Amino acid sequence: MTTAMLVSILMTLIAASTPLLLAALGELVAEKAGVLNLGVEGMMLCGAVAGFAVAFSSGSTALGLVAALLAGVAAAMIFAVLALSLGANQVATGLALTIFGIGASSLIGAGFVGRTVQRLGPVFPAALSEHPVLRVVFGQDILVYLSLALVAGVAYVLRRTRAGLILRAVGENDASAHAIGYPVIAIRYAAVAFGGALAGLGGAYFSLALTPMWADRLTAGRGWIALALVVFSAWKPGRLLLGAYLFGAVMTLELQAKAAGVAWLAPEVLAMAPYLATIAVLTMMSLGRKTGRLDAPACLGKPFSAS
Amino acid sequence: MTSIITRRRLTFGAAAASTLPILGRGASAQAPLGVGFIYVGPIGDHGYSWTHDQGRLALEKEYGAKVKTSFIENVAEGPDAARALRQLAQAGNQLIFATSFGFMNPTIQVAKQFPKIKFEHATGYMRAENVATYDARFYEGRAVIGTIAGHMSKTGQAGYVASFPIPEVVMGINAFHLAARKVNPNFKTKVVWCSTWYDPAKEADAAKALIDQGADMITQHTDSPAPLQAAEQRGVYAFGQASDMRSFAPKAHLSAIVDDWSGYYIKRVKEVMDGSWKSGAVWGGIKDGFVKLAPYNDAVTPEARKAADEVTQAIASGKLHPFTGELKDQKGEVRVKAGETATDEMLSKMDWYVDGIQA
Repeated sequence: MTTAMLVSILMTLIAASTPLLLAALGELVAEKAGVLNLGVEGMMLCGAVAGFAVAFSSGSTALGLVAALLAGVAAAMIFAVLALSLGANQVATGLALTIFGIGASSLIGAGFVGRTVQRLGPVFPAALSEHPVLRVVFGQDILVYLSLALVAGVAYVLRRTRAGLILRAVGENDASAHAIGYPVIAIRYAAVAFGGALAGLGGAYFSLALTPMWADRLTAGRGWIALALVVFSAWKPGRLLLGAYLFGAVMTLELQAKAAGVAWLAPEVLAMAPYLATIAVLTMMSLGRKTGRLDAPACLGKPFSAS
Repeated sequence: MTSIITRRRLTFGAAAASTLPILGRGASAQAPLGVGFIYVGPIGDHGYSWTHDQGRLALEKEYGAKVKTSFIENVAEGPDAARALRQLAQAGNQLIFATSFGFMNPTIQVAKQFPKIKFEHATGYMRAENVATYDARFYEGRAVIGTIAGHMSKTGQAGYVASFPIPEVVMGINAFHLAARKVNPNFKTKVVWCSTWYDPAKEADAAKALIDQGADMITQHTDSPAPLQAAEQRGVYAFGQASDMRSFAPKAHLSAIVDDWSGYYIKRVKEVMDGSWKSGAVWGGIKDGFVKLAPYNDAVTPEARKAADEVTQAIASGKLHPFTGELKDQKGEVRVKAGETATDEMLSKMDWYVDGIQA
């Protein structure tokens, strides 16, 4: 294998992992606050279509990213009103949000089929971003760097700051958090909005960076992988980063192995690998504990009412 | 048993009765003919399902108020398709097009329950009194783009982004490769199976993997324009699938195989209207207008252009069959003898690859 090929594979791998990382990190924060939002796929699609529509109409990819973020938040707010304010079942509401997102994005996107926009470009100047080797580090777009910075940021806030402590308290024991005066519902709204924003950006990564176009169901189920990653990571940002890149690596290597004609390993085995890894990690985690709760926030998925 | 049958009849009776007042069927000869479609993908895929929907729109344009078309998109291949077909049948459609290979068994099954409704199944091989099949000889188009690839490739290697190893796809790969090998005897075609018809990000990554392995011509048998975009990004050439996809990759897009179903749909609807519709199997190619080539990119060399035009004309006039012997599979076994051509029967069951293909 040549260096050029290795660099190229790494570039593909990073690009495949980034939307998973963004969407999963947002969901991690929402779940840390005790909210299980299964609507990730729907929010990603809303972000993808809004990002594309605005980038196409305005000619500005940056505006597209802002629109994607806002669309993700807007979709998340639908969920929040139903599940948090009105106490609807979170699983059912989240699933409904995904189905809604598929339909709404298809409706909005109908006029944009067959169009394309400028691909989201690298941040650094060409001398660095087109260097044959250094482009692995410097040739990435803004969302790659943002996703990595956010992992560090979320890890720091959750573990080291008072705000993170309050967020976790709301997710672990909502009644106690309420009793000592924290606005449980408001905090959960904020966490869900953050999740929606990142899911929107993750979706826009498809329509603006990976495949700069709009086509129905563009994300093709990546939202569900993001949800699985949160469990895989045991709600820890560092491990989420590892998991997202592991999934990205396996998805990329599966195709590379096929293209290289690797015959000794059936490609189907590689395609199964991330899911096998998920099962293995979950099993190992539950073996070490008596509770079998896998570190899930104690109030995950439970509705809260202040009365 | 009896009670079940009776109940089923009752249900159907009720369904028919309930649609009667709405459609006014039988009340007047002016009632529009209901024509239903089910698609495997979204019509927004700008690929295979989109081309079928273009055929549906052509019907509306041709017949205006005389037809009433409806469609269901994103129908999963398998049992779900039976539900979608039944829904269209019960809604009063007289002619129903099931447009993907995996709808075959459900179509036969539902057609038995609605003997008066005509069904048309694309790319399959099971027929009945009220089920006809139709298909396009896409492999003829693939022979043309294979010719262009053979002329234009510098590395002598093409990457093929494929969906599933069904005969339809396998014959496309062989036709492409055979045509390219005719130009360049050392030509190699590498295939990556995506195990999906539609997953833009995965299709793009598959194309990138093939380019990493040395392919400078990308062609595909999946439904989205994503592989073309990957080719454009990496500065290699590619061919569009099902429709003209030039807008996605103005530099990379050399040509495309364009499906055109509208002529067939218009003809079959007319036959239902005048009562001459009969079950049968139609397999149309370049000659019949089912398969067309998108305009060549300026980058296509005069030499490649000339060769491609010659192949197109030879196929249309019947002088050239893309599968002319002698053809050997990868084990060296002769599949088509020298001087003979592959029969349609052989093509529709093709499960072997010619030498030089890595699948």
